[in-house]
Amino acid sequence: MLSRRLTLFAVGLALVAAAFSWAGPRAAFLVAIGLGFGLVLEGLRFGFAGPWRTVVTDRDARGLVAQLLAIGATAALALPLLAAAPGELAGAHAPVGFGMILGAFVFGMAMQVVMGCGSGTLINAGSGNLVGLVALVGFIAGSFAGTLHLDFWTGLGTLPVITLQGFAGNGGGLVLTLAALGLVGYAAIRRADPGKRLPPLRLWVAAGLIAALALLNLIVAGQPWGIVYGLGLWGAKVAEAGGADLVATAYWASPANAERLSASILTDVTSLTNIGLIVGAFLAMRWRSSPDAPTAALTVPSWVFVLVAGIVLGYSARMAFGCNVGAFFSGISTGSLHGWVWFAAAFVGSFLGLRLRPLVLVPRKFTQAEGVA
Amino acid sequence: MSVQASSSRPLVGLAALVLVAAIISLDALRSEPVDPFAVPPPAALGSGQAPAGAHCSAG
Repeated sequence: MLSRRLTLFAVGLALVAAAFSWAGPRAAFLVAIGLGFGLVLEGLRFGFAGPWRTVVTDRDARGLVAQLLAIGATAALALPLLAAAPGELAGAHAPVGFGMILGAFVFGMAMQVVMGCGSGTLINAGSGNLVGLVALVGFIAGSFAGTLHLDFWTGLGTLPVITLQGFAGNGGGLVLTLAALGLVGYAAIRRADPGKRLPPLRLWVAAGLIAALALLNLIVAGQPWGIVYGLGLWGAKVAEAGGADLVATAYWASPANAERLSASILTDVTSLTNIGLIVGAFLAMRWRSSPDAPTAALTVPSWVFVLVAGIVLGYSARMAFGCNVGAFFSGISTGSLHGWVWFAAAFVGSFLGLRLRPLVLVPRKFTQAEGVA
Repeated sequence: MSVQASSSRPLVGLAALVLVAAIISLDALRSEPVDPFAVPPPAALGSGQAPAGAHCSAG
């Protein structure tokens, strides 16, 4: 056990050292931050899709309150940092629009089908969940496909980018953000059953660590924690290798995206944290004395549905200017109105997804001859 | 019709790492190599440089 854990520690260090030697100190820091995200999310069981389910089905607010605590703690330092260094740091600010709202709604629905959000899909895959791995392949394809149609969805109608600090000033934006988080938390706690209202110590620690890592991400990368951009870029790289000409597309022709497309993945900040996150989840899973049970066997149509749900997750996250991380966590914690609208639309979608899940994910029935009841 | 999915978690996790390694390798064959003399400063804060703008929230 000890030798295995020392090996896992060495693997983590080797990954950071490799990133340093291939792409410099910033890449190494970002891989280390991604590793931290993976270790905390998997090791301390901090999730997004699960708590959104249990708050509805079990009247259990503990996970959702922990999310709100993490977002609030991040906002308390991120908003002053953004105000102090506007030329070096940028928030996760995006416009609210019809396509964005529809994308968030569909994302919320799909994430309950595969029980994995943006970060959750990476965590599930890295920690050895076959549903997560199949969904990840779909997520990469879907988020790339979403880049090809983003101009169509934004063309349906969008408001200008609105931030709470733009509306109420830097101090006012932070107060509004914390007050709104407090209101949502209060509503969730009031609805919860006794004993399921406040997070256990494990989730307090996880929320604090996630907030610290998100702030480090902002300081090192210059932009908040994200997931979807990196996965869309991976899909674009694979598509180009397959002969696709993306330079002619509106999304990949924009200077920032064209630069990322021609440069190494190891220069893309979101890709670096994504890589670290997957490896971190793997290390956390292997660290345990006995890994969780393998994924339940599903029927073939159900596996196809998981793949399709992964594609839908990626596509809708691109429509919505981010997933639970880029839009919900980072959008709200950096004052973007679109983060709040994303939260509302995705929560309604999540509610419907909970009812859809048992209809589409059908466990395989084993025969007696196969020896499994 | 159904498929057995009782692969162990370590094996599936390893498959996820292989997927990531395959994407990085494919990219390394096709993309411009990183210039070690042009890498960005360790942190954006205090660097005097604007962020790249390639983020989920950007169009």
